[in-house]
Amino acid sequence: MESSENGRASAHGHLPPDPELRVKALEEVLVRKGLVDPAALDAIIDMYQNRVGPRNGARVVARAWSDPGFRRALLADASDAIAGMGYAGRQGEHVTAVENTRDTHNIVVCTLCSCYPWPLLGIPPGWYKSDEYRARAVREPRKVLAEFGVTLPKDKAVRVWDSTAEMRYIVIPERPPGSTGLDQEALAELVTRDSMIGTGLPMEPRR
Amino acid sequence: MTPGSGPAFDAPWHARVFALAVAENEADRLSWPDWTARLATTLRDSGLSQSLDGGDDYFLAWLDTLESVLVEEGRIDRGEIELARAELAKTHAHAQHEPRNVLHDMRSD
Repeated sequence: MESSENGRASAHGHLPPDPELRVKALEEVLVRKGLVDPAALDAIIDMYQNRVGPRNGARVVARAWSDPGFRRALLADASDAIAGMGYAGRQGEHVTAVENTRDTHNIVVCTLCSCYPWPLLGIPPGWYKSDEYRARAVREPRKVLAEFGVTLPKDKAVRVWDSTAEMRYIVIPERPPGSTGLDQEALAELVTRDSMIGTGLPMEPRR
Repeated sequence: MTPGSGPAFDAPWHARVFALAVAENEADRLSWPDWTARLATTLRDSGLSQSLDGGDDYFLAWLDTLESVLVEEGRIDRGEIELARAELAKTHAHAQHEPRNVLHDMRSD
């Protein structure tokens, strides 16, 4: 054997893909002009890679399941309620919580781009940003839900919420059966990212 | 696997260009409603000829939009970006002749 390729290191002698170079070039120009501080970029990336993510939203949902006063406050003014838990961010100030009930299932999309409650759910997954989801979630939500493995009874209404820069949504899923007596931490473990977008359901507790 | 447990960004440049726009917003030079309206237009235009899958193509739209906004507002000009890009490409080509460069490129985290 002459050589072996380890991991995903790129082939020798090839330039990095064009967008990567373009981003580096853009950053360099902005840094040179004093418009951007690379340390500030690192801090933003660290925040969305390591500190902000669906666990935040899961804690909000778990609290809403356990604390009726918080649930009421959340449904009345989600931005205010989540700020009280320390989840705020410049791109997620206006958040509305929509609650799944026996009669209604909620699902969230951004048909125009990819608006999403970052402070609660982090960066949206690829499929949320895809043309396919953005177009079909509104046109045929039940079919999309079925593809995500969510089949709803026929008499359950589906409400689709289209996010904008001014308003983003988080779904409060129905509390799963068998979860009585669990504390908020254990409840939060059951709350998946997709259940807060509406394309999934929370997990059921292991017996 | 727990849904939602994957990495936030699929490629380092996705994270970088994301952060550049957020930094502009945090410095009060870019309003978020304006940004999303511009991004929506880019996504619509680039989605006319192909179906976007929400990965590289999404962040490429993000990059196109950010460059256009910065150029239109006169904060940078296209020539500067082109020049910087050409220089980086040259530096990178030189670096490729150095031995063991692959090890430097690998990230353990």
